[in-house]
Amino acid sequence: MSLDKQVYLDYAATSPVKKEVLDAMLPYLTEKFGNPSSLHSWGQESRQAVDDSRRLIAKFLNVKEKEIIFTSGGTESDNMAIRGIIIGLGARLKKEAAPMHIITSQIEHHAVLRTCQYLEKNGLAEVTYLKPNLDGIIDQNKVKEAIKENTALVSIMYVNNEIGAVQPIREIGKMIESENRKRTIRETRIYFHTDAVQATEYQEMNVEYLHVDLLSFSGHKIGAPKGVGVLYKKENLPFQKMIFGGEQEMNLRAGTENVAGIAAIAKAIEILQENKAEKVEAVNKMRNYFIEKIEKEISDIELNGSRELRSPNNINFYFKYIEGESILLNLDLVGIAASSGSACTSQSLEPSHVLVSVYDNPERAHGSIRFTIGEKTTNEEIDYSVEKIKEIVEKLRAMSPLVPEK
Amino acid sequence: MSDISKLYSEKVMDHFQHPHNMGKVEDCSGKGRVGNPVCGDLMELQIKVEKSPSADGGKEIITDAKFQTFGCGAAIATSSMLTDLIIGKTIEEAKKVSNQAIIEALGGLPPVKRHCSVLAEEALEKAINDYLEVKKKGRIKI
Ligand code: FES
Repeated sequence: MSLDKQVYLDYAATSPVKKEVLDAMLPYLTEKFGNPSSLHSWGQESRQAVDDSRRLIAKFLNVKEKEIIFTSGGTESDNMAIRGIIIGLGARLKKEAAPMHIITSQIEHHAVLRTCQYLEKNGLAEVTYLKPNLDGIIDQNKVKEAIKENTALVSIMYVNNEIGAVQPIREIGKMIESENRKRTIRETRIYFHTDAVQATEYQEMNVEYLHVDLLSFSGHKIGAPKGVGVLYKKENLPFQKMIFGGEQEMNLRAGTENVAGIAAIAKAIEILQENKAEKVEAVNKMRNYFIEKIEKEISDIELNGSRELRSPNNINFYFKYIEGESILLNLDLVGIAASSGSACTSQSLEPSHVLVSVYDNPERAHGSIRFTIGEKTTNEEIDYSVEKIKEIVEKLRAMSPLVPEK
Repeated sequence: MSDISKLYSEKVMDHFQHPHNMGKVEDCSGKGRVGNPVCGDLMELQIKVEKSPSADGGKEIITDAKFQTFGCGAAIATSSMLTDLIIGKTIEEAKKVSNQAIIEALGGLPPVKRHCSVLAEEALEKAINDYLEVKKKGRIKI
């Protein structure tokens, strides 16, 4: 690339590995390469790293060490949580019983949606997909109303990846607990999973506060490399492992540990806890600056998602009359990276399921662009970006047959 | 050149960045507005047809064409290329311009984007039919 200016505004897609994280993980790729299952000192050195990482992450989530399972990423964690519970419960229940009921939302990540659809298709579960309100929020009462006798799992994401809507996880969690108290000992409990992939850096991650039974997050969104993630699973849940082989991860997930990745994700968690409140506040301020600036400079736009219940890193606008891919291409030509919900940008030519669900308007998905910022984003970068966005929007609107005649 | 644009040929990117004949034709002789059922995009083509001043009675020639497009990079580039291909052609010649011809003139399109060029072909067909229709009704003299 030969552009003099480059602005990365796609942190929700992935983030660069932090320097300290890289330093922490590198030894486990080279001199400390042992297999944690080996008895010799090489192996024990790696075992130590995995144990230390588990301890650190357990502390971060305020849970027990044995409740932390390392995985290959957010997708695997989501798959494992949902299938693990449903199949685990299925093994306990009688064959002739009705399939279990899952409550989730229409705006979940595909890792959750496709897993639910798979279970549905194979007769292992029936699924309710809740529609969010116009702010992209899943109301806890809606969840409550959807609960049936055979409801066994609720899976609601913490922060939506596209529109940054922050879901009332704690409220849902407490509501589920009180529903569970009404159940008899013979009935199955309702378990609660949250996909916290987009929440890790900016939201409260204390599991006791959140009242969840399962929680997924991923390394590469928080400055660790791709290929490592975490599933928190409360102990003693009915659970079926998914990947068979050795007895790694408390016999819940087979496969030689990704020691370097595990060391990295722990380091990333350690770093993000340092001055978390100040960092969140700074990013939040930058986001507001970005949103206000776009709203001041560009007409015929609408903010996607909630203004108040919004992730500090997410800016998502609907630019009327123009199409997302042509915006992204133009942005890329001036060195700016963003993403779009347009059908034209997806291989399947389907518009974003999130925007379609919230707004019932494929056209809105068509012209929507997501910008996600990070700690390193500067005001100057935002100024440059908004200036360019404005030019691009004008250029494309001049070309559009949809702009109403004046 | 940056990386996203590697999705497209240089020609496509060139037309995308600097589209030819964008806008509307004054006093147009025919127009075609079509939507893309695959992804919901939209294109409008306007053409101006005039008789050539030659002694042989004159042919109907597309002397101007302009487009407006709401769509992806491929949709914009094919619209632009389409106008280039038809300006100066007779109606009979223009009828033969297919989406395949546009794709070739652009140095190819990724498979997932081929449907976008159909939009251009359909807009052309519609604009020509519109012109012929109007002519039949005798509403324009050429
Ligand atoms: S116009 Fe939608 S993919 Fe090309």
